[in-house]
Amino acid sequence: MWQALYDELRDLRFVVIAIALDKSADDARPWIEKAAPTYPVLIDTQHVVADLYNIVNVPTALWIDERGRIVRPNDVVFGTDTFKHITNLESARPLAAVRAWARGETSGFAASETRGLQTLPTALDQQARAEFGLAEWLARHGARDAAERHFVRAGELAPHDFTIRRGSMPIRGIDPMGPQFREMLQAWVGGGRPYYRPLPDTRG
Amino acid sequence: MFTIIEGGGERRVDARVEDGRVQLTADALREALGWELHDGTLCNDTMCVPLPAGSRLGEGGVFDLGEVAATLDRPLALDAEAGAAFVGVSAGERAQALGSLIAPDFTLSDLAGRPHMLSSYRGRKVFMVAWASW
Repeated sequence: MWQALYDELRDLRFVVIAIALDKSADDARPWIEKAAPTYPVLIDTQHVVADLYNIVNVPTALWIDERGRIVRPNDVVFGTDTFKHITNLESARPLAAVRAWARGETSGFAASETRGLQTLPTALDQQARAEFGLAEWLARHGARDAAERHFVRAGELAPHDFTIRRGSMPIRGIDPMGPQFREMLQAWVGGGRPYYRPLPDTRG
Repeated sequence: MFTIIEGGGERRVDARVEDGRVQLTADALREALGWELHDGTLCNDTMCVPLPAGSRLGEGGVFDLGEVAATLDRPLALDAEAGAAFVGVSAGERAQALGSLIAPDFTLSDLAGRPHMLSSYRGRKVFMVAWASW
């Protein structure tokens, strides 16, 4: 999905790092093999990166500069317009911003702006992540019923965290595109809450 | 035996489970989480945390896992029946790290099993994107 962007910008000391929040490498494998990316695609079955960066849905992108500093916090960025009819989010502006940043035409956000745009985790978010962590471990060790209790609890604690609510579905034997997902989405969006929360500003 | 999962690792230790509470010995606490009690202070290799006033943690050589987690401000998910608990990282610690704007480091593997450390990409601009097959 990001290969064209990477090919275009790689000579500018720019890299794409994609992180798959999937239940197993095998779940992500068909997508990765089809795209045959030359940038790193990493597998995060235990949601290590979701925990570190307070990521609550996919796709979530952020910019990290040459010194390892976050210069644009979590944002919703699609690499193509394949799902635009559903998401109402187009890819052109955010990708133009990435290009401008990679070329040095812009420098990302200032520290104070970045902090202002960050969403920091709450105690409930972190309790939910602990419940998810336990559930994922229990599921991996064959304790399905116990795992289910904690997946459900995690989703109740952080109902906005779809890496938990939707991301746990494949582990629990639920179709993440199926009726249970659509019902969950409808209840969420019907309450006036957006499923995707892009940053208010897509300035490059 | 009881499994305590923390910081990407897991330890199986002796524990007594009573009314849904998990009680560890001092040895089990040290083995599972690396903390020891000294003069009213819980310490690990790098820091010490004083017990709150009135705490009975460690009395009679018994450490309640829930109280340990609360004292350390760590979220705890526990399933006494299944014999496992997960000790997470607090919102405060995560917020402080993110607020510093220094990108939290991690190591994850690609499909071929090759590990990649985020910080090894220093010197390049990184567009990091989380996705999933779902």
